[in-house]
Amino acid sequence: MRVVIAEDLALLRDGLIRLLGAFGFEVVEAVDNGPSLLRALTTHRPDVAVVDVRLPPTFTDEGLRAALDARKEVPGLPVLVLSQHVEQLYARELLSDSRGGIGYLLKDRVSDVKVFVEAVRRVAGGGTALDPDVVAQLLTRHAREEPLQQLTPREREVLGLMAEGRSNAAIAAKLFVTEKAISKHTNSIFGKLGLPQSEDDNRRVLAVLAYLGA
Amino acid sequence: MSELLREYGRRALACFFRSVVQIVLAYAVNLPLFIVTVLSIAFIPLGFGVVLAPMMFQAIRTIANQQRVWAAEWSGVRIPVPYRAEPAKAGVFGRLKWVLTDPASWRDLLWSLLNVPAALVLGVLAGGMTLYGLEGVFVAPWVAQLTDYGWGPFWPLGEWGAVGLVGTVVLGAALTAVSVPVGPLLLKAHARFSQSLLAPTRDALAERVERLTETRSEAVDASAAELRRIERDLHDGAQARLVALSMNIGLAEEMMKHDPDTAQKLLAEAREASGTALTELRDLVRGIHPPVLAERGLDGAVRALALTLPLPVDVRIDLAGRSDAPVESAAYFAVAEMLANVVKHSAARRAWVQIEYPGDRLLMIVGDDGTGGADPAAGSGMRGIERRLAAFDGTMAVTSPVGGPTVVTMELPCALSSPRTSPSSGTG
Repeated sequence: MRVVIAEDLALLRDGLIRLLGAFGFEVVEAVDNGPSLLRALTTHRPDVAVVDVRLPPTFTDEGLRAALDARKEVPGLPVLVLSQHVEQLYARELLSDSRGGIGYLLKDRVSDVKVFVEAVRRVAGGGTALDPDVVAQLLTRHAREEPLQQLTPREREVLGLMAEGRSNAAIAAKLFVTEKAISKHTNSIFGKLGLPQSEDDNRRVLAVLAYLGA
Repeated sequence: MSELLREYGRRALACFFRSVVQIVLAYAVNLPLFIVTVLSIAFIPLGFGVVLAPMMFQAIRTIANQQRVWAAEWSGVRIPVPYRAEPAKAGVFGRLKWVLTDPASWRDLLWSLLNVPAALVLGVLAGGMTLYGLEGVFVAPWVAQLTDYGWGPFWPLGEWGAVGLVGTVVLGAALTAVSVPVGPLLLKAHARFSQSLLAPTRDALAERVERLTETRSEAVDASAAELRRIERDLHDGAQARLVALSMNIGLAEEMMKHDPDTAQKLLAEAREASGTALTELRDLVRGIHPPVLAERGLDGAVRALALTLPLPVDVRIDLAGRSDAPVESAAYFAVAEMLANVVKHSAARRAWVQIEYPGDRLLMIVGDDGTGGADPAAGSGMRGIERRLAAFDGTMAVTSPVGGPTVVTMELPCALSSPRTSPSSGTG
């Protein structure tokens, strides 16, 4: 898989190159600023990009904006955004074209190497990887609302993992139950929230996120 | 030539009307207001003067402010506004004290009285000259034909026959011509008279210096306390955790060879500890200067904050640029504190935030439909915000009747820098 990396701190950039290289990714270019990132994304058309939000020259949200601009030009271009802090506002902007292939994680998540690499692969495959912190915020924000009140604690747990973008198989593995049990839960959740069922994993995640107002 | 005449006519007319306006103001407004205000002061011991007097002084201030505007517009005489800042939270007696202890109030009152003769002199001289001159040219000669219109003060009518008629017209024209340059001078003299009473005195300047000294020392104290808190948090939190972390890693390094299982456990622990340290640092950074504020400015940061609250917040922000970082930060924390209060105390179902920039200051309004009864004096959070705003000459006013709604209005004088584009998410 071909990857473009954008990170201005050399230490972290090298770390990401080494880590992704060790798991068989091919890093086609590693850049350290917004304009180069946009150019790299549109010329290489990588299978996935791993992008830091804050980049030179402005040190604001340069990386995020380059990613959004690149997706305007190359619809559905898979981008995984990393940041020192997660904001629902940014999650919303990233998810707004509802095409999937979006990841948004705290930088610290990289240290859980297996989970991180799995997230990169998921995004590359057109899936979603949303940071647990963002999901937790979404759920607390809506906790008082009627349909969510009707969910059992277990269902709420499953809903959270689903919103992070995990497949039924991954959720089942995490909660140590069968996949069948999970799909029962998801059916019940979709019924209570009044969402249409969907066979497609990714479309299902996006429906949940749209419902939560991400 | 006709252009010049028209210009002269326009000036004379403007001057004449302005003089009339001043006379009308003096007799129809200044004088009655002066009398009623003096009476309202006399009524203070009877009780209702307590409410009435501040209202009357406010009315006088409105008139005085109008006079300040006219002085600047008509004669180019600048009269700064000298009033002390309205106390953010004042009861009936608080307002009375605020009005009565401000020397500017009493100078206003004196101006209201002295402006009566002053405006009369101005009006009679400036307006009268023009009017009388025109009468000498156009009216007096013809009226003299019809009636035995005897004399005007200058008009040589009556005994002089034709010579008198011509003389009257010439004199009238001369008087009108003279009134064109003299009128504005008289107006300016009147503006200077107003300036002498309505401008801030040296005392007011001294007072401003005193207030600045006070807010500055408060700001310095607050930031010193803040730095101490940050130092302590770093020292006891993240720093200590990182020390433990490097110990763990060192130990794991030692054990790698002869006890790989324990080494792996230690490394897993180390990773967890580093995660905790990072979370702590993140919270600390958020408290100092939220990263989203650095990235998106006040607009984006407030929107991002509104999204995280457990109730719907209607955000309306209209800012053409960004202010300086310290101001931006003070504004953000002010809004954040008020929204936190909404969540904690108000039991509101919805809240709203409105931020705009009407020319020279940030205007921030935070409201909610909760239970009301918010008291800025009771909460240390609100007091802190008030102090933080005061460091920039900002103000805060709270209206929160029992039963709601609560509306907090904050103003922060500042300049806006050039606009920066940011992707609008089209959401509030």
